[in-house]
Amino acid sequence: MEKQSDLLLDIQHLHTAYRLQGKFYDAADDINLTLKRDEILAIVGESGCGKSTIASSIIGLYDHKNTKVTGDILYNELNLVGLNESLFNKIRGDKIGMIFQDPLASLNPLMRVGDQVAETLYYHTDMDEKARHARVIELFNQVGMPRPEEMYEMYPHELSGGLRQRVVIAMAIACKPEVIIADEPTTALDVTIQAQILDLLEDIQRQSHSGIILITHDLGVVAETADEVAVMYAGQIVEKSDVKTIFENPLHPYTRSLLNSMPQSDDTDEDLHVIKGTVPSLKNMPRSGDRFAARIPWIPASAHEVEPRVHEVAPGHWVRCTCWKTFHFEDEDSTQKATAASGE
Amino acid sequence: MAKEIIQIKDLKVYYPIRSGFWNRITDYVRAVDGVNFSINEGETYGLIGESGSGKSTTGKAIVGVEKVTGGQIMYKGLDVTKASNRKKLDYNKDVQMIFQDSMSSLNPRKRIEDIIAEPIRNFENLTTDQERDRVQDLLDIVGMPSDAIYKYPHEFSGGQRQRIGVARAVATNPKLIVADEPTSALDLSVQAQVLNFMKHIQQQYNIAYLFISHDLGVVKHMSENLAIMHRGRLVELGSREEIYKHPIHIYTKRLLSAIPQVDVEHREEHKKHREQVEKEFEENQGKWYDKDGRVYPLQQVAPKHWVALPEDMAQEAELEEREEKESD
Repeated sequence: MEKQSDLLLDIQHLHTAYRLQGKFYDAADDINLTLKRDEILAIVGESGCGKSTIASSIIGLYDHKNTKVTGDILYNELNLVGLNESLFNKIRGDKIGMIFQDPLASLNPLMRVGDQVAETLYYHTDMDEKARHARVIELFNQVGMPRPEEMYEMYPHELSGGLRQRVVIAMAIACKPEVIIADEPTTALDVTIQAQILDLLEDIQRQSHSGIILITHDLGVVAETADEVAVMYAGQIVEKSDVKTIFENPLHPYTRSLLNSMPQSDDTDEDLHVIKGTVPSLKNMPRSGDRFAARIPWIPASAHEVEPRVHEVAPGHWVRCTCWKTFHFEDEDSTQKATAASGE
Repeated sequence: MAKEIIQIKDLKVYYPIRSGFWNRITDYVRAVDGVNFSINEGETYGLIGESGSGKSTTGKAIVGVEKVTGGQIMYKGLDVTKASNRKKLDYNKDVQMIFQDSMSSLNPRKRIEDIIAEPIRNFENLTTDQERDRVQDLLDIVGMPSDAIYKYPHEFSGGQRQRIGVARAVATNPKLIVADEPTSALDLSVQAQVLNFMKHIQQQYNIAYLFISHDLGVVKHMSENLAIMHRGRLVELGSREEIYKHPIHIYTKRLLSAIPQVDVEHREEHKKHREQVEKEFEENQGKWYDKDGRVYPLQQVAPKHWVALPEDMAQEAELEEREEKESD
């Protein structure tokens, strides 16, 4: 029993499709992920690659008319896909907490922040008003808010960005959820505040032994906090591994390109690496073949699989397609090819 | 030796706080409170700070869209905070700006041609054909297809729009471009693209940038000299090597330690270091800021390094710095 509950979320063959002009397009395409207890799973990728789609599919917050979700999201053997709304309401906020990117947009501007956190407790616990108040103060202390009694009475606009995000986190962890989904929790914050919020998330996880899905585009944040990393491109997971492998031995061309385009070298005269082309839009996404192939045109088509699948190249290290075996950056090419490319 | 293109002397921008029955001015918000620095021709000068530090206000004051309360901005020997001098020197043509949010800084109802041509029309007298050629050239510089001139801003992606913003800023052949967080809304690979274009244009036309950002990684990549701003004042100023390798002010150290590192192997040590710096920052506030919480005036501690310190600490820092250099 103990062993079984180590696995918190088991996502299998998840497809989430959005309706655009009458047709459904997969924004998340065949996602397989697992989240264990005591684990921070980071999902990285650029905008439009389907990171947040996965989050909204797990938590069931999507437009049910125009979204089609298939596959399985197993939470303790309960399938969250197609779960009825009243059951979902019991789980959402109680067993699965969510932290959104923009704290100002996820707080009610007309309600005192303390009451907003207490509201979660009202729906999910049978505490009386006094106990709820006490619990909110306790939570505010836990997320490191100064003068919690005073903060309880504040409205969102009276708080700074860092404090607002702490309120949102307090709300997410109010019922001690087993799964916390953090969708770009620090993107709107300054670096020093970002560091504090990430430390806070780690502390919470250590205390409550929950699992966290951290969705971010910031590779630095991933390197600092994550245990497992899934890299996404155009709706698919292209590489999945533990954090050390991703940064020390990245294999998929997209992961390598992304890491290369980070400005961090000391040599400022060197150009940053640019990935050719653009991320395809949902409608124009190639539905067959390697979706990243168009951005690395110098790699011959024969290097790609016809129907790219994920291969386990080392225990726990999954890479989509086989093109990584022959992949090299354009400027690493033989001199003849390099001159041809620069003449473009 | 590189020539200075612009000198900012004791720049102050205050916003009045009005209160009381008569709604009189009772106090000021000191958004920028005595800032000094100068930018050389063709260099990128980084200005770093957290939100609310006054970095954007400084940028706006330099371009002239923010009213300056006190101090001088010297350009070609004249003070351009006076409108008459600005006109005489063609300052508004020589100094341009790139904004953070490309969606709100491009008029959604104008075509790209008109957007980019607007500054040209303001300052030059060209025929329609000449103007179109010019716009085409500019689009070419930032790597946009030529049919882009007939399109509207919403038809482009964020990175492309930011490149249009760059093209518009370059249109008048400026000497200085104030870039206020030009890439903070962009994805990593798109950011790389925009930064590369900005660099190429700089080399081609010898433009100086004032690069305002909160991202220390990007500033490190772009600029030779930089200044760090906190509470409306500069806390540390100097060359890139000095600041990144030998930071002295506690605020600089705190900022540097908070940057997430792509070094999984040493992340525990990095975290410990960060916590240690944070603790030092909390405990020694009084040492680094004067009794009003204001940042001290800058003191020179090395040939290319100034730090905001009280005088007694400055001498210590200078010695330490020298020792550190010798041991290196």
